[in-house]
Amino acid sequence: MPPDSQKGESMNTGRRGFFGRGLAVGGIAALAVQHPKIAAASGGLDGKPLEVPDWTKMLGPGVTAAPYGSPSEFEKNVVRRNVPWLTVSEQASINFTPLHELDGIITPSGLCFERHHGGVPAIEPDLHRLVIHGMVRQPLVFTMSDLVRFPSVSRIHFLECPANGGMEWKGAQMAGVQFSHGMVHCCEWTGVRLSTLLDEAGVATGAKWLLAEGADAAAMTRSIPLDKALDDVIVAYSQNGERIRPEQGYPLRLIVPGWEGNVQVKWLRRIKLGDRPWQHREETSKYTDLMPDGKARQFTFVQEANSVITAPCPEKPLQAKGAYEVRGIAWSGRGKISRVDVSLDGGANWQSAELQTPVLDKCLTRFRLPWRWQGEPVFLQSRAIDETGYVQPTIEQLRHVRGVNSVYHKNSIHTWRVNQDGSIDNVQIL
Amino acid sequence: MSRFSSFVLAAAGLLAASVAAAQQRGYGIGHKITDAQIAPWNIDIGGEDGKGLPPGKGSVAQGEKLFIEQCASCHGEFGEGNGRWPELMGGQGTLKDADPRKTIGSFWPWAPTIFDYVRRTMPFTAPQSLSNDETYAIVAYLLNINDLLPADGVLDAKSLAAIKMPNRDGFIVGDPRPDVKAEPCMKDCKQGQVKVLSDLAKSLGVTPDQKPKD
Ligand code: HEC
Repeated sequence: MPPDSQKGESMNTGRRGFFGRGLAVGGIAALAVQHPKIAAASGGLDGKPLEVPDWTKMLGPGVTAAPYGSPSEFEKNVVRRNVPWLTVSEQASINFTPLHELDGIITPSGLCFERHHGGVPAIEPDLHRLVIHGMVRQPLVFTMSDLVRFPSVSRIHFLECPANGGMEWKGAQMAGVQFSHGMVHCCEWTGVRLSTLLDEAGVATGAKWLLAEGADAAAMTRSIPLDKALDDVIVAYSQNGERIRPEQGYPLRLIVPGWEGNVQVKWLRRIKLGDRPWQHREETSKYTDLMPDGKARQFTFVQEANSVITAPCPEKPLQAKGAYEVRGIAWSGRGKISRVDVSLDGGANWQSAELQTPVLDKCLTRFRLPWRWQGEPVFLQSRAIDETGYVQPTIEQLRHVRGVNSVYHKNSIHTWRVNQDGSIDNVQIL
Repeated sequence: MSRFSSFVLAAAGLLAASVAAAQQRGYGIGHKITDAQIAPWNIDIGGEDGKGLPPGKGSVAQGEKLFIEQCASCHGEFGEGNGRWPELMGGQGTLKDADPRKTIGSFWPWAPTIFDYVRRTMPFTAPQSLSNDETYAIVAYLLNINDLLPADGVLDAKSLAAIKMPNRDGFIVGDPRPDVKAEPCMKDCKQGQVKVLSDLAKSLGVTPDQKPKD
């Protein structure tokens, strides 16, 4: 993909083209307030000489002009978006990571999709407490300053809502990768191992599950098997190097690597140990997978291997014939991605893509494949394979077993149709 | 005392101290807390056995009044759901349908879970404002509109835990996945033209605008 296709201005089709131009004009106008002399482009194209732009001929703002920096003012289009018709309330709702605007594997904290059930609480860290009790030898309460004293661990993991892609069980619906796949993000999380805290309280014999509870207006609860809790779960206070963002659970959340987002309870205030699951609302009424026979699968925690091409995609159509790089992300809740294959002909023939290293456990993995587009219609697909040998299935395979009403855990191979004009559609194919 | 024996003594002292620490707790960080101190947060109810259900009681009639005052604006007077707000009744027998309706009556497997959920987070705009008696009454009304408690019914910890929900056996516990096995075929995996099954994403018009937010 040519470098300038990363900018909003380069969108070439219909409505989007209009918005693209709107952005460019608005952006320059905004800049003119700060730098009154801004005038011309830098030339260099169509035989014209390069010009020396004004920003090269004047001093810019000094250090700490922005004590906490923000993205360039020309990147205003890089934002989370929600789907208003999806939920009746914005407090119990979801929005989507702009995957089409991102490179690499780390999601900037401010772009991580949000899922709340009772809005975002404003928690004062000095007043926050974490209680561990139930089937333990000694119930304990921790302050935030207690928790940061424990030995710490940092891990990079994806986190995905199990409803990611769930709007497309019955057919292709969303004309954009932000909406078809944007309920996933990947961050570096720092905190204390839950096993360390459980050791501190002393797990009583017979304890098999724990209940994690949030301090938000939903007082979100989920039951988690103790085996997983003792394996790799983190009680995290930092995200991408700084304290967790409010929308992601400030000041404390669970990170349950590879498992569905809902169990990774945000605003964590309480952990109670018990001998069985609690059967709370979010593990019965919701986050269970209804099968065609009317029975629902329960405690389907793992996010199975998934992948999607993020360039090109409906939001980033092709500009012209010629050389491009097909790019995308793959991830698996069962471990590392071992291979990603790309098809240009709707799944008849595949070639393995290059994986960006390091490839990490339960982490987004970037793949890429050089490609030359001759202007022909193309059915682009990616297929992830993880270290357990699991192969990402087709939508038909999933529907054959699970029907179309299970809402959650749709991880099928995704298809983008590249049309002759370079525009791109979300389609489902046989 | 020789230097050697004082070293041994010091080492023994250290050992004794570390044994005591281990018997205490690993890092000794954090504070002991009693059940009485935890009580205001200790609100979880065991869905299966009703463990944690508090003393108190409430009737369907009391619940109906409370529900109309505090819940009906969103969920409708009979739990039918106003507009797109969640419905809390009906749907029994629809779980195999093309459009299944998952409600308390048709889907929820355990009755105490209703108490837990309503007390911890409803009404939506005033969570944790209901008393235990009020919660029992509202849960009684919710069961009544789902034909699971008679109109003159009264609910307390024991009677709530005893209610068998219609979909109690409707869940498959334990993850059967991977439930599809795909072969990573590389060449000539399909014959003939690509068949497009679904191609409405652009024309449906349900994708939000991608206009920049200012
Ligand atoms: C302002 C609107 C509003 C009011 C008032 C309200 N609720 Fe809710 N209720 C909601 C929303 C929104 C949800 C879904 C929340 C979510 O998905 O996280 C919900 C979910 C529920 C559910 C779970 C439904 C299911 O099948 O999972 C129950 C039960 C419930 N409410 C009961 C009540 C009761 C009882 C009251 C009154 C005490 C009440 N609600 C008042 C908005 C409301």
